[in-house]
Amino acid sequence: MAIKVEHEMHTRRKGRNIGVGLLLTGLIGIVFGLTVVKVLQLDNITQLEKFDHVARPQLIPQEEAN
Amino acid sequence: MSDMSVQETAYTSSATEPGMSDYFALMKPRVMSLVVFTALVGLLVAPVPVHPFIGFVAILCIAVGAGASGALNMWWDADIDALMKRTAKRPIPSGRVPAGDALAIGLALSGFSVVLLWLATNALAAGLLAFTIFFYAVVYSMWLKRSTPQNIVIGGAAGAFPPMIGWAVATGTVSIESVLMFGLIFMWTPPHFWALALFVKSDYGNANVPMLTETHGRDSTRKHVLIYTLLLAPVAIGLGFTSIGGPVYLTVAVLMNAWFLKGAVDLWRRDDAAAEADNYAVEKQVFKISLYYLFAHFVALLVDAALRLNLGAV
Repeated sequence: MAIKVEHEMHTRRKGRNIGVGLLLTGLIGIVFGLTVVKVLQLDNITQLEKFDHVARPQLIPQEEAN
Repeated sequence: MSDMSVQETAYTSSATEPGMSDYFALMKPRVMSLVVFTALVGLLVAPVPVHPFIGFVAILCIAVGAGASGALNMWWDADIDALMKRTAKRPIPSGRVPAGDALAIGLALSGFSVVLLWLATNALAAGLLAFTIFFYAVVYSMWLKRSTPQNIVIGGAAGAFPPMIGWAVATGTVSIESVLMFGLIFMWTPPHFWALALFVKSDYGNANVPMLTETHGRDSTRKHVLIYTLLLAPVAIGLGFTSIGGPVYLTVAVLMNAWFLKGAVDLWRRDDAAAEADNYAVEKQVFKISLYYLFAHFVALLVDAALRLNLGAV
């Protein structure tokens, strides 16, 4: 039997593979879009910064700092 | 024989491979369209604005969740689907998709849609979607469908949840408005379905599925259509007196309920001999009215919401 570079299965499942690829690409787009929208909806960027587990003195309210 | 050669044989011996369209058919696209429409109305009429992209993702999640429950339903019902003419061509009984694939897709998409809806919106909306999938796949498909002729009444709740989920996406709450939108679809489902059952020759009997037309007779089904149409009217009109109602909705609700009720009375007054004589004209008419009925109510809600928006902007 001749050895083929591409397995017959790849040809047979081409449509399904392309479909799965498009769905995964769409999912990436959705997660990216959600991230952009959610970040832009924050009133104050410190709301995002406080989740990065790094001490940031500028996050302490002014009255507590004094 | 090595493992590789076993796999090789398995791959090459299958005559046909399921395509994306076969997997899509598992998700009951026609049911999905009603789910998308009612969920979208629930979301748009809510008093809290939603970012368009988040709204789009929410509706997509609700649609995928509905599709996932459809796939789980097809997996569970594959045995009886094969016995009935209407369902024998579905992907599993026709042999296009293995039953295990439908189960895997149903479970995976259920998890995907609920988690993504939670991340995109809130826990209440995601919880309601999870409950809807559970209700349709387990309570309706696995339990009620084969055990009681009231299956369509209680199972109809699964189709009634989408506007409530849409509302929860926007507001993060359940309120009288969303409960009445739920009630509208819940009470509408039985007369809609039974009107269809009266003129479509089904073979549920072959599959041992108890349908009201077969267990209680066709005259009793006519009476049930009338009773549910009577109970539906106050729910539908009552929705008009909440914050999402308005002059357009109230007018449409009164007119459509009068029309639907007249059809149900006509249907109740006659028997099967009269129905056969005119080829089930009244039964077909009541079914058609039921389709207009639900569509008109939800469109009217949208129109009133648009009017409120315009008046508020002036």
